[in-house]
Amino acid sequence: MLAIIKREISSYFTSPLGYVFLAVFYGFSGLFLWINCLANGSADMSGVFTLMFFIMIILIPVLTMRTMADDKRQKTDQLTLTSPVSLFGLVMGKFLAAFFVFFCAVLVLLVYAVFISAAVTKGGNDFAWAAFWGNFVGMLLMGGVFISAGVFISNLTENQMIAAIGSIGTNIVLCLFDIISSYIPAEGVRNVINSLSVFYKYSEFTSGIFSLRNILFFISIIVIFNFLTMRFIERRRWS
Amino acid sequence: MIEVKNLSKSYGSKLAVDNISFTANESEILGFLGPNGAGKSTTMNMLTGYLSSSGGEALINGIDVLEDPIGAKKNIGYLPEQPPLYLDMTVNEYLNFVYDLKKCKLPRRSHLNEICSLVKITDVQKRVIRNLSKGYRQRVGVAQALVGNPSTLILDEPTVGLDPKQIIEIRTLIKKLGRNHTVILSSHILSEVQAVCDRIVVIDKGKLVANDTTENLSHNLSADHKLTVHIEGPSKEVQSLLTQIPDMVEVHVNRQVEKNVTEYELNAKEGADVRREVFKRMAARNYPILLMRSSELTLEEIFLKLTTGDFYGNVENGGAE
Repeated sequence: MLAIIKREISSYFTSPLGYVFLAVFYGFSGLFLWINCLANGSADMSGVFTLMFFIMIILIPVLTMRTMADDKRQKTDQLTLTSPVSLFGLVMGKFLAAFFVFFCAVLVLLVYAVFISAAVTKGGNDFAWAAFWGNFVGMLLMGGVFISAGVFISNLTENQMIAAIGSIGTNIVLCLFDIISSYIPAEGVRNVINSLSVFYKYSEFTSGIFSLRNILFFISIIVIFNFLTMRFIERRRWS
Repeated sequence: MIEVKNLSKSYGSKLAVDNISFTANESEILGFLGPNGAGKSTTMNMLTGYLSSSGGEALINGIDVLEDPIGAKKNIGYLPEQPPLYLDMTVNEYLNFVYDLKKCKLPRRSHLNEICSLVKITDVQKRVIRNLSKGYRQRVGVAQALVGNPSTLILDEPTVGLDPKQIIEIRTLIKKLGRNHTVILSSHILSEVQAVCDRIVVIDKGKLVANDTTENLSHNLSADHKLTVHIEGPSKEVQSLLTQIPDMVEVHVNRQVEKNVTEYELNAKEGADVRREVFKRMAARNYPILLMRSSELTLEEIFLKLTTGDFYGNVENGGAE
């Protein structure tokens, strides 16, 4: 697994992909920070996190589109699948490498927070660190969901473009549960769909609710997608 | 050691590999021969655990590939039809990655350097694989299979895309490796198999058609004992002399090769060796023999004979274990 993580991370940074991802992420988060906080003197960063959610829908598929699809196209999966590596190691290696790059991107928000908190404390007020950490963890979990979904979609095709577009579609559907549910009259059904909504759970994080239940919800989705990826690789062998 | 027992693979309703059994012993180079689409690559993919089989089993050093895939894969070096190269890495990075991937325990630097000099890629170690020519890429693919010094090597058309000099080099390398590895080598270049392999397995349309040594194959298939000779001397007289040899069934005058030199085809009784007798009788009359060769089938002819079907049952019983 370590070998795969190492190779994947280095391949993100030997191609422009990793740099482009980081640059776009940094650019937009900076822009949103300016709009939300710097321009009107607010110390509440929640708005930044909410807006970044929509960027992530499009940006994370760019990170994951290559993971499995390219292996299939270049037939390098014949190397990884015939090496003494477990399927779990293979899929987790791909997932964790993408997650590492994403983590590097999200770290910039911590840098922003440190600066804002410095400014706030200088003015004699307290920076709401609790709310920030809620948002921060929420974003990492949300990214994890998008990455595991992206790796799963990438495993279904040999074409990176199709993988990217498919993942964007999947991400949008994951977030659309909210809108769908609001059109359903029956309250019971609406509650069930609402409880599956990723965006709803994420917005709980951004509004400062930090519950173990939500964390477990995100982790289970990540586990399910990674599990499905493993099953689908296995299924291809048996087809 | 590789044991294949009743291995089958079906894609939907299409049977790609049909009940194949064979064994590759230690320190043996087994040639895996068949026309395009015969199921060579599918079989190799099943041996290496890339594809699962629909029936039967494949054992690598006694370990079932399906039951203990990781244990079995530790013993395999595999070069697929298209070498599995990450084009964005340098040769060194790539080999180091494979080294990590295979959880290799040998001393890293010296082991990788040894492989590089063995397949002659030392001078491109620092170059990005994308920029390498096809021959070099193929050799990096071979190098990749050698990492970790696995006891079993499975090579799917290892000399494709190489120039004649490189082909000879790779063949020599494979022969060298065959001394202490089990090697399965697939090819549809017959001369290659003939030059390198100890034993040949021929498959056609997913079925095993033959499994024997090269010599036995050509011997068995050319059931009659035939000789082709070029003899200088009056053809009528020579023919009658040859016909008088005991055990001779038929002497056929083929054609005039040079002035006063004629080609004959001798057809002796099965199992009889008439070569010495031919020499003695011709020497007695001072008719020089300019050429004498057994007209056993070449591998090309065997291959065609086997895969065109008319020889099916005969060989399947005689050749398979």
